[in-house]
Amino acid sequence: MMRKRRAQAGSGSDHRPKEHARTPSLRAGRIGASLPWVVVAGLLAAPLTFVHSSGLFAYLAQACAMIVFALSYNLLLGETGLLSFGHAAYAGLGAFAAAHLFNRGGIALPWLPLAGGAAGAAFGMLFGAVATRRAGTAFAMITLGIGELVAAAVWTLPEGFGGAAGVSIDRGSGPSWGAWTFGAPREAYVVIACWTVVSMLAMFALGRTPLARMAHAVRENAPRVEALGIDPRCIRLAMFTLGAFFAGVAGTLTLVDVELASSESVAMTRSGAVLIATVIGGSSTFFGPVLGALVLTGMSVALAGVTRAWPAYLGLLFVAVVLRAPAGIVGWWGAPRTRVERDGIRVAARTHGLGALAAAAWLAALVILVETLYARRFAADAGGAWYLGAFAFDIGVPSTWSILGVLIVVGAVATRCARRARRRACARANGGVQR
Amino acid sequence: MTAHAALRLEGVARRFGATQILSGVDLSIATGERHALIGPNGAGKSTLFNVIGGALRPDAGTIWLDGIDVTGRRPHVLARAGLGRSFQTTRVFARSTVLENLSCAVWCGLVAARRGYERGLAERMASWTRWWWRSREIDALAARMLGELELEDVAHTAAGALEYGAQRRLDLGIALASGACTLLLDEPTAGMNRGEAARTIEWLRGVSSGKTLLVIEHDMDAVFALADRVSVMVRGRIIATGTPAQIRADAHVREVYLGAGQGGEAS
Amino acid sequence: MQAFAVATLNGVSYGLLLFMLSAGLTLIFSMLGVLNFAHASFYMLGAYLGYSIAAHAGFVVALVAAPVVVGVMGAALERTLLRHAKANGPLHELLLTFGLAYLLAELVKLVWGLGSVSFALPGVLDGPLIAWGDATFSRYRAFMMATSVATLAVLYLLLRTSRTGLVLRAALTHARAVEALGHDVARIGTLVFAVGTSLAALAGVIGAPLAVVEPGMAEAVGSIVFVVVIVGGMGSLGGAFAASLLIGCVQTWAVGSGASLGSLAHIAGVRLPPVWASLAVSQVAPLVPYALLVAMLACRPRGLFGRREDDA
Repeated sequence: MMRKRRAQAGSGSDHRPKEHARTPSLRAGRIGASLPWVVVAGLLAAPLTFVHSSGLFAYLAQACAMIVFALSYNLLLGETGLLSFGHAAYAGLGAFAAAHLFNRGGIALPWLPLAGGAAGAAFGMLFGAVATRRAGTAFAMITLGIGELVAAAVWTLPEGFGGAAGVSIDRGSGPSWGAWTFGAPREAYVVIACWTVVSMLAMFALGRTPLARMAHAVRENAPRVEALGIDPRCIRLAMFTLGAFFAGVAGTLTLVDVELASSESVAMTRSGAVLIATVIGGSSTFFGPVLGALVLTGMSVALAGVTRAWPAYLGLLFVAVVLRAPAGIVGWWGAPRTRVERDGIRVAARTHGLGALAAAAWLAALVILVETLYARRFAADAGGAWYLGAFAFDIGVPSTWSILGVLIVVGAVATRCARRARRRACARANGGVQR
Repeated sequence: MTAHAALRLEGVARRFGATQILSGVDLSIATGERHALIGPNGAGKSTLFNVIGGALRPDAGTIWLDGIDVTGRRPHVLARAGLGRSFQTTRVFARSTVLENLSCAVWCGLVAARRGYERGLAERMASWTRWWWRSREIDALAARMLGELELEDVAHTAAGALEYGAQRRLDLGIALASGACTLLLDEPTAGMNRGEAARTIEWLRGVSSGKTLLVIEHDMDAVFALADRVSVMVRGRIIATGTPAQIRADAHVREVYLGAGQGGEAS
Repeated sequence: MQAFAVATLNGVSYGLLLFMLSAGLTLIFSMLGVLNFAHASFYMLGAYLGYSIAAHAGFVVALVAAPVVVGVMGAALERTLLRHAKANGPLHELLLTFGLAYLLAELVKLVWGLGSVSFALPGVLDGPLIAWGDATFSRYRAFMMATSVATLAVLYLLLRTSRTGLVLRAALTHARAVEALGHDVARIGTLVFAVGTSLAALAGVIGAPLAVVEPGMAEAVGSIVFVVVIVGGMGSLGGAFAASLLIGCVQTWAVGSGASLGSLAHIAGVRLPPVWASLAVSQVAPLVPYALLVAMLACRPRGLFGRREDDA
């Protein structure tokens, strides 16, 4: 038997100080952990209590469905490491099944998402049995093929999908609960919000089960899991089915919102949207996809009203996140805190201040360039120029180019200064070894 | 009590394209025996492990584990039948802590449970839930393995951040923590310095009593300290089997592998 | 009979086009380890660029210039963006190429507008080549086949006989060893990416007059190319060839067929409800490649010529 060496105080292990300071940091940790829940609950409850804006209603109804959709997608991507390009198929098929069930009568609207979820799970198990036979890149392509199959089938097949018009429901025509008929948007929103909270809690709890831990293990090293006696394919299929269940729930929430299930519910653009939302938010934490869903819906609702170029901004944000912040917005947000802890607030403030200035300059230059290009193509009748207040930016006018030039120079200089400051702070943190 | 050999191979063959990597391997290892497999690079030892472990299917031949024919079965089925293995390239769950790695291995071992590997789905699901509630037991077992591996001071470090020797020990620990009865260990002391290698071998001797070991090794000191019997594999075939002393004295083996003169280091 | 022969020839020409796309994709995958989700976007770029260049300088110039421009663009993107994403793993690279595909679609919409553009057939290639009864095989289709075969033959010869080709073939399977011998593997990777994307662009230019050139064409063709790659076996050029021809022919037969699902089911001895039986085979033609994918995966997950990989 090997002699047991007692770890001595001088061994320099990093985790020791944390153990001694456990009590106050644990309490702070608990508050920090419950804060996002409070924020989300507050956000969802806002339209019902003190805020009376129909725009907010519409945004939140859409956002809720997207939140559940993105969380269900993260069961695949974040927990099991499965990148799927066709997740909307299960959301849409769940919506179609729910619409048919509702139109046949008998089921009250609040129970509908359960039916949609069950239908989604059934299709998930059916297609998942085929898709999970491979992993990694092959799995991604297979889900793409299955997504296209479902999208094409919904267009082509005569029965069940209503052709171009889709299948519509009338919320108020179902059985009512007391005084509520669910025809009014407010009542429908309550259903949507409640189901969103229930789904979030369910998926959070799922993340604590042994199945989720096995899924993490499969994500990290599937051959090792196999050598330990658990079949990775079973784990993947189980997570795929669960993801499809919650996707079906999300699809039904959209059905409740817009009262229509159509070919758009299964479209590849929807699969792409949930992928973008989850990656932007961050797939390694629970609330990453929630944030991503809120950002995506915000851009598609609010930003779309301001500029035509919002898909370009979304795409650029996505590429920027993939390149520079692979852990998503949530991951990128946590980085400044560690730097403040390490370098002290003054140095961190200087680095981040310079970084913010650089980012602002680059962003302004980007916005001007994109908007003027789009104005040249799409606003020809307005003179092909982009108007910011009374100021006109036009591609053909030299003043636009000189402003762009100034912004680019400012951005470049600020980036260089920020990088130098960061390098100096790093060197100081490492004991001044590099100079 | 069974008179079966713990692991028996008969005529196992495997080719990749035009190259015959394994040509008729016969091997029999008794229960509780520590068996070393030595041979020059390219002899096919790791391929043999992959075939036994289920990652590759043999083109011909049969493999028996505890008397059950397991030829061509997938790795997780073999693990449920009591086979464990460690890998030549370290395979740990890099983003989890060391303690979580070991807890995972213990849990998988308890859930997969070696006896009766053909259990039905309902039974398997029941054992999942049963062991979920007994996490204290699991943590205790994992902590004990942690102590034996001398990894207590890095218990909460991510496994991917460990230095090489510690990662190899963890790899071995995962294989052992799963409670397997028959272990395939692929070069357990690779990359370790002499002191570490000697300590690892001594630890293996202690912790593997009652278990069957099949070890690929290049370090002759380790082989002669650990093994009850040794097989020499050259170009996909086993050319000699015997006690370490017999192998050391075998002229053919010396000519092919150990080098003429003394029974020295591996080339 | 003649109609079937012409449909087969059309199917083969479509299959060869698909092979040009999937060959480039397979080369990039084998060399760089990343499945280029934006591959069909380069096809679309080639079609649009070909249209613009042909409008000013003629079809022949477009045939040469568009692939070169797109190849240079592909090389630049690989050097700047893809290398950055490499550190985070293959799934991240796939995500990056997905983002690139999205942005390229937006770029196309910005430069050429939202609607479709019509690429006029060059006069000398317009018209029938062979006429059998009432089935005609058009000259342009023959030109398509000839160009595809010629390009692929040139590529094959280059790979087999030139020194760069030798180094490239070695680097496809043993990149580290080739690097240790002193060759710049990263530069070879960029070259492969450029060759793959210019192949896609060439396919775009020659396919454009027959296809609908609009911003959604990348998505439509892209999915079929990925199906081809999976059905043929990832990383296998022979598999891609077989799968391209198979899918090209089957889909062309389905589109041109006058049969209905009911008559097909009748041959198989299965009775379908009347709503389904009256559905024409040409109507369900878009579903055929994906149905083939699911069938292939259910029976033989590694594809026609794929190796059984260890992605447990």
